[in-house]
Amino acid sequence: MDPMAAIRQTFFQECEEQLAELEAGLLAMENGEADSETVNAVFRAVHSVKGGAGAFSLEDLVGFAHVFETALDHVRAGKLEPSPEVLKVLLRAADVLADLVRAARDGGSIDESRAQKLADELRALNPSAEAEPEDDLSGLEFQPVHAAFDFDEDAPASPSENVFIIKFKPKPSLYAKANEAMLILRELGSLGTVETSCDISELPLLSELDPEGAYLSWTIKLTTPKSEDTVREVFDFVTWDCDLDIVNEAAPQGEPASTADNEVAALLARVLNGLDASPAGDEAPESPVAAPVAVLASALTDDAEPAAAKPAAAAKHAAEAKHATEAETKAVATIRVDLDRVDRLIDLVGELVINQAMLAQRVTEAGLARASNVVIGLDELEQLTREIQDSVMAIRAQPVKSVFQRMPRLVRELAVMTGKAVRLVTDGEGTEVDKTVIERLTDPLTHMIRNAIDHGLEKPEARIVAGKPEEGTVRLSALHRSGRIVIEISDDGAGINRPRVKQIAIDKGLIPADVQLSDEEIDNLIFLPGFSTASEISDISGRGVGMDVVKRSIQALGGRISISSRPGRGSTFTMSLPLTLAVLDGMVVTVADQTLIVPLTAIVETLQPKAGEIHGMGGSARVISIRNKFTPLIDIGRELSYRANVADPMSSVVILVETEGGGRSALLVDAIQGQRQVVIKSLEANYRHVPGIAAATILGDGRVALILDVDAVIANAQAKDLPVEASEAA
Amino acid sequence: MTKTILTVDDSRTMRDMLLLTLSDAGYRVIQAEDGMHGLEVLAGEKPDVIVTDINMPRLDGFGFIEKVRHDAEHRAIPILVLTTESDAEKKDRARRAGATGWIVKPFDPTKLVAAVRRVAA
Repeated sequence: MDPMAAIRQTFFQECEEQLAELEAGLLAMENGEADSETVNAVFRAVHSVKGGAGAFSLEDLVGFAHVFETALDHVRAGKLEPSPEVLKVLLRAADVLADLVRAARDGGSIDESRAQKLADELRALNPSAEAEPEDDLSGLEFQPVHAAFDFDEDAPASPSENVFIIKFKPKPSLYAKANEAMLILRELGSLGTVETSCDISELPLLSELDPEGAYLSWTIKLTTPKSEDTVREVFDFVTWDCDLDIVNEAAPQGEPASTADNEVAALLARVLNGLDASPAGDEAPESPVAAPVAVLASALTDDAEPAAAKPAAAAKHAAEAKHATEAETKAVATIRVDLDRVDRLIDLVGELVINQAMLAQRVTEAGLARASNVVIGLDELEQLTREIQDSVMAIRAQPVKSVFQRMPRLVRELAVMTGKAVRLVTDGEGTEVDKTVIERLTDPLTHMIRNAIDHGLEKPEARIVAGKPEEGTVRLSALHRSGRIVIEISDDGAGINRPRVKQIAIDKGLIPADVQLSDEEIDNLIFLPGFSTASEISDISGRGVGMDVVKRSIQALGGRISISSRPGRGSTFTMSLPLTLAVLDGMVVTVADQTLIVPLTAIVETLQPKAGEIHGMGGSARVISIRNKFTPLIDIGRELSYRANVADPMSSVVILVETEGGGRSALLVDAIQGQRQVVIKSLEANYRHVPGIAAATILGDGRVALILDVDAVIANAQAKDLPVEASEAA
Repeated sequence: MTKTILTVDDSRTMRDMLLLTLSDAGYRVIQAEDGMHGLEVLAGEKPDVIVTDINMPRLDGFGFIEKVRHDAEHRAIPILVLTTESDAEKKDRARRAGATGWIVKPFDPTKLVAAVRRVAA
């Protein structure tokens, strides 16, 4: 790749990080949790975006970032109070900046009036209120480095030569800043013809010489086609650290400079020698240490070669290079790796796990003693394989922060659109989960947050009437619980309006009018396909995406979602997701001579049914009575068409599973073989989607086993055996 | 002998650009991510020129320059500051801290190399 294109890519990656940092910092400031380092980091974020954007000539971005940066600079300097109003503007400016970055990256455009409006708002925050002296260079003491090396192209139109008499007397501070009179003379020499004389009259005796002093001054006669400005630029870095007098002798008849100083002439020749050398091969005096002394020494004696100590220095340098590598290695704590490589590694480790299982099986089949060396070695191998697998998974694990940090902006925009006051509180941002899961979390989370603000929270007036604070709170939290990640979205709004939800479901023909439903069941109606609180369909959540879609995408991730709601107090949506999509703990079962895997997370218990517990429901539908509660019984073998007739429950095993709605079903299988971790292989990618099957895996003996999609199987069964309400209490 | 330049900048983009520009010009480039890191790198290196940003976490450019200037072994290394165009005051502060010169951001590769060459002994 073209190196600049690669850097451009880095720039946009970095922008995303800076933008996240910016938003996080501004939010911390809004919550009054910001220290000065946060404010600095916020400033730096915008500054950095501006710097990079400048390098790529992204003018819109630079312009906006500049105005933004100026406002932040005032905050940083304590001239602008970071009040809630100010922070609102800053946060929205951060959103605009993010849009501009994305537009610059993807080549799109953004709503210019919005950017303009925010730029104006930012300018209005300026404490001095008068127009900012935009990039005004006139007031600067310093002049930027202009092309001081524009050898010919900038030559004045008239070919006439200027003759400058330059009196240059460095002060000790010039050397203290590692500037070097010699280099300045060298640069003057590059502009034209020079005649130089060195004044050594102030040189003290060697015994009185202060190595950090400055005793030499020069008079240089420079004959050059360049302008006085160009000549002055040579002294740009040292203006404050020397006495300088530049006179342009209109006619080239100035008093001829003394050429008596042979030493200086020699010095200058050497200096000029170094001029054409490339930096790689530059043989000019090597050591800048005690530079004034070096110059002095050269001026006094012909053969005092400051580079005499060079070989020793070179050897030292080589030794130091090693140190540097170490220092750098220590500082770089992370590396960036192409995700494909990690995925490949994960695949390979999956193969290793399968292979290890195969080997274990062969060893068992060979009938080796449990205490044999082979078996013991194999156990160790299994342990190691597990550890490798966990470590490899950890590489891909990321904190949910990357998803969570997109939400504050969403909340701000929704608050504006709905006219509600909303505060977003996040918790557990550091909770880690596999990247494959993270990537698919954004959409469901976005939708649920929309839902919480649009449907959950009341308008400020209604909240005041209800005796609640005007500002509603939406809480987003993540935590690890028994090998899964649990994400909760809760609001302190009005809760689910159950009579209305039920009525809507009846009106839409989703449930019979006379059905008796528990509160929990009513709440779960909002997950039904086709359900929508259509009477208040809005721009925000009425985008054709219902909670059923959310539920399906969570399920597709091997997750579950549930609701709990209290009228007047708010609702909480809880998602429970696997930490990775690559492996799964499953129960290996046999159904009609087929081996299937039931995800362990779905299983509540397993039991051997007794004669009196099974009841027919008409047709082939049956229920099982477990602790006085009837649960629909689903024969997996028949459900997946492995057999035509229903199995005899008495010679089968029942697996009680929890469905995503919180209901329970009983699955009938022939036998349970055991429990194990399996590597998930996509069935869709390798074959095609099969209803009721979530994925496939490879068993220890090399056979393919299907992983049951518990919820899909139950949904299919219920669709066929109509008596859905069979689960009602007896 | 190849000259070594230490660049100190918290922006990866800027570090990459400095690396590209300076190595194209034949320099050996070592990098640090902020002033503090810069000092760590200096513990094992003696670059010929340092190019440093101002706004950085942990230790900013001013602090970094001051520390280098108070370090007997490294005090004579020329330090160029990367500044933005409107930072007259910062430039002055950097100069007082002991900066040798400055490069205007966004930098032009030619001018960057010219400025480095100008202070490199």
